[in-house]
Amino acid sequence: MMSPLTTTARVIGRAVPLPGEAAQPLMGCRVRAGFPSPADDHLEGEINLHEHVVKRPAATYFVRAEGDSMLGDGIHDGDLLVVDRSLEPLPGRVVVIALEGEPTIKRLARRGGEVWLVASNPRFAPIPLAGRECHVWGVVTHVLHALPGGER
Amino acid sequence: MIALVDGNSFYVSCERVFDPRLEGRAVGVLSNNDGCVVARSHELKALGVAMGAPLHLLPPAVRRQAVLLSSNYALYGDMSRRVNQVLAEFSPDVEPYSIDESFVGFAGVADGELEPRCRELRDTVGRWTGIPVGVGLAPTRTLAKLANRLAKGEPAFEGVCRLDAEGEATRRVLEACPVDDLWGVARRSAERLALMGIETAWQLRQADPCWVRSRFSVVMERMVWELRGRPAIALDDMSEPRRRLLVSRSFGRLTGEYAELAAAMRQHCARAGEKLRRQDSLAQAVQVFVRTNPFLAGEPQYRNAAVVALPSPSADSRELLAAASRALAAIYLEGYRYQKCGVMLLDLVDAERRQASLLETPEDDARRARSQRLMATLDRLNREMGRDTVRFGLPRRDNAWRLRCERRTPRYTTRWDELMRVKTGR
Repeated sequence: MMSPLTTTARVIGRAVPLPGEAAQPLMGCRVRAGFPSPADDHLEGEINLHEHVVKRPAATYFVRAEGDSMLGDGIHDGDLLVVDRSLEPLPGRVVVIALEGEPTIKRLARRGGEVWLVASNPRFAPIPLAGRECHVWGVVTHVLHALPGGER
Repeated sequence: MIALVDGNSFYVSCERVFDPRLEGRAVGVLSNNDGCVVARSHELKALGVAMGAPLHLLPPAVRRQAVLLSSNYALYGDMSRRVNQVLAEFSPDVEPYSIDESFVGFAGVADGELEPRCRELRDTVGRWTGIPVGVGLAPTRTLAKLANRLAKGEPAFEGVCRLDAEGEATRRVLEACPVDDLWGVARRSAERLALMGIETAWQLRQADPCWVRSRFSVVMERMVWELRGRPAIALDDMSEPRRRLLVSRSFGRLTGEYAELAAAMRQHCARAGEKLRRQDSLAQAVQVFVRTNPFLAGEPQYRNAAVVALPSPSADSRELLAAASRALAAIYLEGYRYQKCGVMLLDLVDAERRQASLLETPEDDARRARSQRLMATLDRLNREMGRDTVRFGLPRRDNAWRLRCERRTPRYTTRWDELMRVKTGR
């Protein structure tokens, strides 16, 4: 039996701000005058996915992938791709490229002194660029693939 | 030195970025409600299609060959914004003058670096946005405009042309330029100048500025100074009123208040509407831009612009204001102190030559007649009883907008469900 004169404290968990407040942490900081709050150490702004994947906004475009020839690079039919036009189309990079006027997505590869467009699905043969009219549109930097529950 | 950067056949270039198959083909962009041609690729010009040509009067052979698209102002506005973002990487002093033209100031850049900088700027805009541009570099805006025309017209310049104040090259260019080709010289003034023996830009440059002012105007005198290489014309005083109208002013002091920006925008709209009606034109779209002061060190910087298309070509201040409000709401961000806000009316057409849309009904005619009477009364009151006697409040933001745009390409850069689609396999 517990004595009525003893006070006990029980840890029930850390205080966390409500999700609604978490969206505007900088505002909360500005109005608090006087004592610095220990929580201020954690005020670093929101993590912004857009800033993370879009390095150069003026040169960055979102496009939608169609088809399954780039499955090996994690590009599924319907995926959202982030394309940066300011990046160099170096060998090894996945590019959006207009081949004889038709845009497609492939990996650039250098083999035996020649540049090839390579699919990452064995059902598709590499395409030599030599002698073809082509124009690199941009370099694919990220793939956004929605899993069940994440589609919109 | 100042550079004028101008997109080649801008609307068509925007379409080609996202549909490479349009490259090399005759492409035209149609006005709102698909009435007439407002932008042409050079292939379409070569087929003899004039600016403003009504769609239903195009020869069947041209209609078969050419790709004719509805205007996609969401796309053109976004690409214009991107081009200006790239320009801002090269200089803090970027002033958009139109949806497809901007002035870039290069004060303080060493003389030998100017041309390489402009070439790099042109290449970067081309790579990052896919839009080909011409760059005219000169000591004044008037000369930069001339240099820009050369940059785009003469392949030898490879897109960048520099015109100095002095020198044999400048003299040859000005001698070959009739005065009415100059920016801001109306045909009537040109005829009067010709009577006095001034037919070329070079002859105007040689004229005595005081004499020019007494015989013409202070505006014409400024033109003389500009041709001599001394900057005399401010951005806000330049216009090509048959093509577009720009009204913009810097704020007396910086402001972060939406209400103040909205008030300025409302006033600009009223002013632009009056000008538009005075010259019997109709606008197709409204562009609004805002920016902070790029020369204030340590101040957070922001610039942006948006374009909203009008439901049909219009000179009704209420419609201009509704479109401008939507544009401003889309670009305004809290936390910045704005220095400037501007309104530009785009792709003007003559009210007389307005193409009736197939969808129009007698009610539309009646509405238009009412709108014209209202605007005429408004202009008369403001003329006779003083500016701003009658003003408009801000419209609600939930106005419905319906555009006829059967041939419009997807809004590739502003809508999730209209992104460019690229096939991985072939």
